[in-house]
Formats: sequence, structure tokens, C-alpha cells
Amino acid sequence: MAAVTSLGETPLTAPAGRPRGMQAGRRRRLNIFRYTVFTVFGLFFLLPLLALARFSLEGATLGTWSVTAWKQIASYQNQNTGIPPLISAIEITLELAVITCAVMLVLLVPTMVWVRLRVRWLSRTVEFLCLLPLAIPAISLVVGLGEIYNRIQRISLSALMLFWVYVILALPYAYRALAAGLTAIDVTTLSEAARSLGASWFSVLVRVIVPNMRAAILNALILTAGVVLGEFTIAYLLLYTNLQVELYSISRNTPNAGVLFATSLAALLLTGVLLLIMSYAGRPRRGRG
Amino acid sequence: MTRTADGAARTAVEVRLEGLSRHYGPVVALDRLDLTLLPGELVVLLGPSGCGKTTTLRLLAGLEDADTGQIFVGGRDITRVPANKRDMGMVFQAYSLFPHMTVRQNVAFGLRLRRIAAAQRDKRAMDMLELVDLSTQADRYPHQLSGGQQQRVALARALAIEPQVLLLDEPLSALDAKVRAQLRDQIRRIQLEVGITTLFVTHDQEEALAIADRVGVMREGSLEQLAPPTEVYSRPATPFVAQFVGLSNRLPGEVRGGQVIVRGCTLPLVDADTPDGQVVALVRPEAVTLASHDAPESGPLVGTVIAVTFLGATSRITVDLGDATILAQLPTADATTLPAGSRVALTMRPDPVLVSAGSELAARAADEEA
Repeated sequence: MAAVTSLGETPLTAPAGRPRGMQAGRRRRLNIFRYTVFTVFGLFFLLPLLALARFSLEGATLGTWSVTAWKQIASYQNQNTGIPPLISAIEITLELAVITCAVMLVLLVPTMVWVRLRVRWLSRTVEFLCLLPLAIPAISLVVGLGEIYNRIQRISLSALMLFWVYVILALPYAYRALAAGLTAIDVTTLSEAARSLGASWFSVLVRVIVPNMRAAILNALILTAGVVLGEFTIAYLLLYTNLQVELYSISRNTPNAGVLFATSLAALLLTGVLLLIMSYAGRPRRGRG
Repeated sequence: MTRTADGAARTAVEVRLEGLSRHYGPVVALDRLDLTLLPGELVVLLGPSGCGKTTTLRLLAGLEDADTGQIFVGGRDITRVPANKRDMGMVFQAYSLFPHMTVRQNVAFGLRLRRIAAAQRDKRAMDMLELVDLSTQADRYPHQLSGGQQQRVALARALAIEPQVLLLDEPLSALDAKVRAQLRDQIRRIQLEVGITTLFVTHDQEEALAIADRVGVMREGSLEQLAPPTEVYSRPATPFVAQFVGLSNRLPGEVRGGQVIVRGCTLPLVDADTPDGQVVALVRPEAVTLASHDAPESGPLVGTVIAVTFLGATSRITVDLGDATILAQLPTADATTLPAGSRVALTMRPDPVLVSAGSELAARAADEEA
């Protein structure tokens, strides 16, 4: 290939490469390796789920199919309201997820931005505090929060009050997701540029920083929602009823073992679908960086 | 006088920094700095890293608070005014365009904050983009632009809000040499066209000398000299300025009767009142002329060429005089006739020379090497 030189630029030369046959062979072997690993791990995760689904559809006689277990989940009704308690539990849990996500964002995003801009020396301390809940078992949290929730329950018995503890539980996951987002952008320069153009600190946060952290915020929301949707221990020990507690209650009160499998799969499917919706809703639009 | 978007005249303002000091713990970043920018003037602060030039600019912008001192813009004390109320446009060293906005939206951002009507905002944004020759890129995102284009958009964005003062913090340092030179000239052209008072910070001497009305050379938080570029270069006020701006040969000499004698050559002094005595003279390489030793016009200085450094249009020649080494800078066409190893005779052009006491210069040289 002829060399092309322009003023001030490094001459371009033909890349020293391997013969095309070797590259194609290497690529083929790499693809085989990838597909094999994907298939093995995919089966590792999918087979138990398929088994769960199969057992939930098992009929009275071994080897037959039946949707009885699924019908029984939907048919349990609250004797007072007539509303299936599972529906109420789903509603409460979704509301809890929304409240927890909102409180988490309002609490964490401005704090982390402020620490990054103004008090960097505090960042390690904040990180430690946010990651601390990972190291504390749920039972210890319940023991510590028991007295507080006794007082809260004098004001309100609603399961929505669980959002206080769920914010704490989700802190480590949300913190990590938001920290990754803050690291990916030059927060200092962007905020100083906005300030020099006349923006207040509120405008800097809302108009400049948050729009550039959409992916990180979405990740934090997904992780927070996942924590809330899947949480059982604290709700159960504090005598609240959320989705997981209700599914557990249903499975304990039925002679049909299929109901146990159906409730587990239902919880998994519901959580997965909701998180997929959140992920799809937050995908980047075409053209943006 | 500047022109607003609707053509109305707007008077350029004076900027005055009085007694500004800033410390970072035990480190003195600025030490009682006094600096005045005349209306419509472009002042460049030049100096090595850590000299306080960026700190000065950030104090003026309101991004940091001074420990002591005052800042006046157009006669108004703005020392305690927050950054977003100072009516200053700033271009940063790092690319500072908002990634989630198009070029047009970036330029219009400041106008949007000021609640300018959408139609007027768009027109102003396009006017600014035309000023920087980027009107065709209005709907692109920053990541789709080159570095030079991004800095031009940043300049347009800073000017769109019609600030009283324009601040540029090493805006060209992230760009390659060719783009840097082009953008530097464009910035100067726009600054003259708009007529805005401007403070430009850089560590690049060529940039400073090329565009400034006045250059302020800084060192360790203080101004060493504030003067037009030609004066800073040809009549440096201190040895630091002489050695930081351009190259200098340090040659022993003797001051006698308002002149200095350096290796037999009598040269005028920058400061004619320098007392008689032994000194070190700072002679510019371009003030040294070379001729082949066999040529009829030979001088009192004879040496051997030990190195020729090609710099493009000029070349730098290192000559060994036996007891000293001297640098000369010649047009390359002349330098090619004097290869390494050839015997040359030197003469010095009678340009005014800065001198300093030998001990002072030796101490500075030791500091630099440390």
C-alpha cells in the first residue's frame, strides 16, 4: 500500500497483520468459546426456573398438567374487603418501591454531588456509611429498628412506613450506581461552566448534572426497586405484609405444593418484568452522547 | 465599545484586582496581587504551573473566594458576589460543553436561564455560532465535534450572554499545535470585534505574545512584569521574566557607565541606572550573530559549533566558546552553512540587555535545577 503523507501528519503505513485465514480461524474459535460458555451458564440459570414452572403446572396425577395452583394464588380473598390479598400486597409493594426510589434519589443525588464538588475529603466517610448496610444482617437491623417502628406504628400501621428501612437497605446499591455515574462525567467543570453562565445550584443539579447521569440514576432506581420487590425478612419480622410476605403466607396455607412453586415463580416473573420495563423506559434516545 | 445583539452600543468595563491573596493551607497561591484590565483590553497572564494565574482567574470568576483583597468590575465591588451573578463568560481548559445538549442548546443555555424569549434566544445563539464559523453544526452534539470546534462553541456560549468580562483559562492547551494557532488568532479577532475586556491565562509564551495587549508574567503568586508583549520580551523587568519568556544566554559582564561589557562587546542596559560592577548579562539568542571564522567580518568572539537544532524557519545553534556555551538563533538558510564542528565568529547586536547580580542569578538557577 502506498504511504500518504500530509503536512504535519504522521505518514500512514499498511498495518502489519496476520494472514486473513488465521484471523478468521481465531475469531471462529472465540465465538465457539463464547457460545459454549453462554449456553452452559444459561442452562445453569434457566433449568431450575423451567423446573419451577413445570412443578407449578403439575396436576393431581404425576405427569399431568394443570393450572390449579396458579388459579389458587389469584383466588385467595381478604374476608373483609373481598380483594385478593395478593393484589393488595402487589399494590403496597409497588407504592413502596416508588416512595423508596424517590426518597433515595432526593437524598443521595444532591448529597453525592455536593460532596464531589465541595467536600471531597468527606467522600470516603460517605462511602463507608452508604456501604455499611451491606455488612449488617437483616435480623440485626430489625432488632435495632424495632423500637423505632414501635413508635412509628403508633402513628401509622401502613406498610408504606417500611420505606424508611428500605432506603437504608438500598443505599449501598444506589450509592455504587450513582458513584459510577458521577465518575463518568466531569462534574466540576460542568457545574462551574453552568455557574459562570448564571445557573443557581438548583439549576446546575437539575439542568446539567442529573440529565448527564440518566443511566446511573436509572441503574440506581432499578437496583432500589429490586431490593424493595424482593425484600421479605424485615417486613415479616416487623409484622408488615408486602408482596414476599403475602406469597409466603399463601404458600404456607395451602395443601397444594404446586402453589408454593407458583408463588415463587410469580414473584420472580413480576420483579423481572417490572425491572425490564424500567430498563426499557430509560434507554438512551438516538443521537445523544 | 461593544455591540449587543441588537446593535446597541455597550461600553467595555475596567476590571481592577486590589491586594488579592489566596492561600491553600501553607501554600501561598496569590500574594497581594494588584492588576488592572483597561476597558476592551486583552491581558494574558503567563507563568509556570503553580504561579497563581489560574487562581487569579478563578477569583475573578467567583469560583473561589479570596482571603483578602477586593475585585472591582466597572467600578462596582463584586468581591462577595456569587459566581452566577457576576455577568462573566468563561471558557475552560477542559471541554465544558454540556453533553446532553446540542450545540445550539449549549449556546442558548445562559439565555434560557435569563428567560430570554425562545425566538430571540435562537437568533442570538445562531449569531454567536456564525461568529465562530459553526452555524452549520448547530444540531450536533458535543461528542460529534472535534476539540477545536468544541472550544469555539464554548466561546460562543460564553459570549452569547453578553458578559462584561470574558475569561479564558488555558482554552487551547488540549488542542494540537496547528489548531491551537488557528483558534488563538480567531479568539483574538472575535475579542477585537466584540471589544470585550478579556483575561486570558496560559503557560504558552507564543500564545501570550501573539494575542495580548499586555502580558502579565507571574511567579509564585506575584506579578513580575505587566507590559506589552514587545516590552516584556525585549526589556524584561526581572531575570525570571528574561528567562521564562524566550531563551537567554547568561554571560558574565561588567557594568561601566550605564553600559555593560560582555566578552569585549559593549551593550546598552535595560536599566541605565544600574550601578557599576560585576554582573550576569542575559543576552537573547537572536541578538547573537554568527559568521564563519574564515569570513572577513570576524568579531572578538570565536568558538566551535557543537549542535544545530532545526526549529522550522529558524535554527538554534549551540557554540562552545571554551569557557562558556552560547546559543544563537538564525534563519535556517543561514544556519545550514554552519554545521557542527565549524569555527565561527560571534557578534552581539546592541539590544538593551538585562543584568543581575551574579549571586541572585546563581540562586535562581539552583532553585530551577532543584
